[in-house]
Amino acid sequence: MDGLLSEAFIASLFFGAVTAGVPLLLAGLGEQVSEKAGVLNIGLEGMMLAGAFAGFATAYATESFLAGFCAGILAGMAVSLIMAVLCVVLGMNQIVVGIAITLGAEGITALLHHVLYSRSYPRLSRVETWTIPGLADIPYVGQAFFDRNVLIYLAFALTFFMIWVFRRTQAGLNLQAAGDAPAALDAAGVSVTVTRFASVLVTGCLGGLGGAYMATVGGGLFLPFMTGGAGFIAIVLAMLARGNPLWILFGAFLFGASLALTTALQVVGVNIPTDVIQMLPFAMVIVVLLLFARHSYLPPALGLPYQRGAR
Amino acid sequence: MNRQHPLVSRLHGTVSVLLPVVLALTVGAILLLALGKDPIAYYGYVIRRGLLSPTGLEASLTRTAPLLLIAAGLIVAFRSGLWNLGVDGQLLLAAVVTAALAPELADRLPSVLVIAVCFAVAMAVGAAWSLIPALLKAQFGVNEIISTLMMSFLGVSLANVLIKIPFNDPLTTVPQTATLAVEDRLSRLADTTIHWGVLLALVVVVAVHHAMTMTALGMRLQIVGANMRTAVHAGLRLRLLVIVAFAISAGLAGLAGAVDVLGVHGTIRADWNPAYGIVVIPLVFLARFNGYAVIAFVFVFAVLVIGGESAARRLDVPTYFVLVLVGLVMLFMAITEFMDHRRRLTARD
Repeated sequence: MDGLLSEAFIASLFFGAVTAGVPLLLAGLGEQVSEKAGVLNIGLEGMMLAGAFAGFATAYATESFLAGFCAGILAGMAVSLIMAVLCVVLGMNQIVVGIAITLGAEGITALLHHVLYSRSYPRLSRVETWTIPGLADIPYVGQAFFDRNVLIYLAFALTFFMIWVFRRTQAGLNLQAAGDAPAALDAAGVSVTVTRFASVLVTGCLGGLGGAYMATVGGGLFLPFMTGGAGFIAIVLAMLARGNPLWILFGAFLFGASLALTTALQVVGVNIPTDVIQMLPFAMVIVVLLLFARHSYLPPALGLPYQRGAR
Repeated sequence: MNRQHPLVSRLHGTVSVLLPVVLALTVGAILLLALGKDPIAYYGYVIRRGLLSPTGLEASLTRTAPLLLIAAGLIVAFRSGLWNLGVDGQLLLAAVVTAALAPELADRLPSVLVIAVCFAVAMAVGAAWSLIPALLKAQFGVNEIISTLMMSFLGVSLANVLIKIPFNDPLTTVPQTATLAVEDRLSRLADTTIHWGVLLALVVVVAVHHAMTMTALGMRLQIVGANMRTAVHAGLRLRLLVIVAFAISAGLAGLAGAVDVLGVHGTIRADWNPAYGIVVIPLVFLARFNGYAVIAFVFVFAVLVIGGESAARRLDVPTYFVLVLVGLVMLFMAITEFMDHRRRLTARD
């Protein structure tokens, strides 16, 4: 057990935490946008899977990670378009449509994988990294944070960009109003439907990108159902973050760390069933809820379709 | 305008159930053609093996048992305005405890008692797993979507730990619980392979449906579901009712796990997670929390799954295709239901 404080262990823990945390961060930031606007996007898991498959297949065919990311974004947005039309424009039940989308995406991506690659699981080549001179040599954290693919830097930057959007822009205020008091936003002359529609597309875009990251930079291969509940974890992160992107960053890293802990422990020769470690982040959330229960907050209009003039 | 001929309204009801299925099958057929498969052969096979052959029909009916019990629990939760999205964890934990307990008891007690004890324990385990979300909701108003989902993920992992360490059967290479002898499982109905858990599930759904609409407790829970503040003003014991609704809902999910183990599997392997919850939740919504409609939806779903599983083996169409079909059916059901609702609203104006 003396290996637990060694540099190899801590460095691999940080490295794995970032690798596993970034898709949660991207998807969580996306979900936060639509939750702020009052749409509970349960279809996030499906959007991530669509992004994962499209991202992998494109990156594999074109040998370009950039093309893969773009394809992931487009696939995520295409799936979120269904959600936006049915739930925002038509006001249908968000939970039913969201679950239907997740099931459909699970099926379609697994089916397409079967058709394209039969039972083989081709791998992508290693992703190129941008090494930040100087910082990358810091012990423990250098490799994890400063010698990574550009998408990881972008994901971190996006957190701060979202803070700026929420606090300093009209669009951010509109989003907040669409979730807190849609009727007031409507009275102010801004369309609730357009605001929410856009917010769902943003979720699809970031969820798709998060999925594409998982299948390209993260694993370098696509497996059926590979997101394995990450979309649901991202939904919970967005709910717990109470509208603050920094909490999503923190939470995604924490979840990422506990997912990475198993691998890191194996590096130093400690064998614990993965299931025990996988329980950690969820147990942590429950403890947080028990301790800080009174602070949880959700937009009042979350999950409710908006109908002008309805009481 | 409101008064329709009874025949017309019955016809309308049939159409609104069949239309989404037909639409989904059509889109699915296009997909099959794109994959280079014959859709008519595939669907024919699904129907033959899921509905028309005796073994297929028996398998489909057997599959409805856990789904119906989960649905019955969800009717209680949803009508009380509580989003219990954690049924998978509740079911799996109860199933694992049942699988470990039943072979132990089978040597010591008569089988009727074994089953009774297992059912009671499974319901208690399921209900216990909902206690934290229920208390958080009742005491602090914490959103139960978060807490039940978290408890569900936690429960699934805990169930695996239980299978791999304390409940592991040392005689097998794959981690799994000790196997319950076939004669100790739920007995079959007449000459079929259907166990009596299916009947139990049907009775429970109907009973829950009427309990929610006709009894005082049901009425109270529906007031909680309609508006929590109103419930407080009406002098109802809100906290207690929230905990009771959660306990019934999760207890029935636990019972579903016990029925699946005692009726079908007899043992549980590590990483077994049927994830019934994710399909039953939308089905219950689409049935508008109506027990009878739930029975119909669940049956259609079971036929699709059982038929699809046989077709996968025979026609080399992966079972994933069934997931696509189920997703499509749900989507089209939601759309038809929505159009219908809107049409009725305009008709009333």
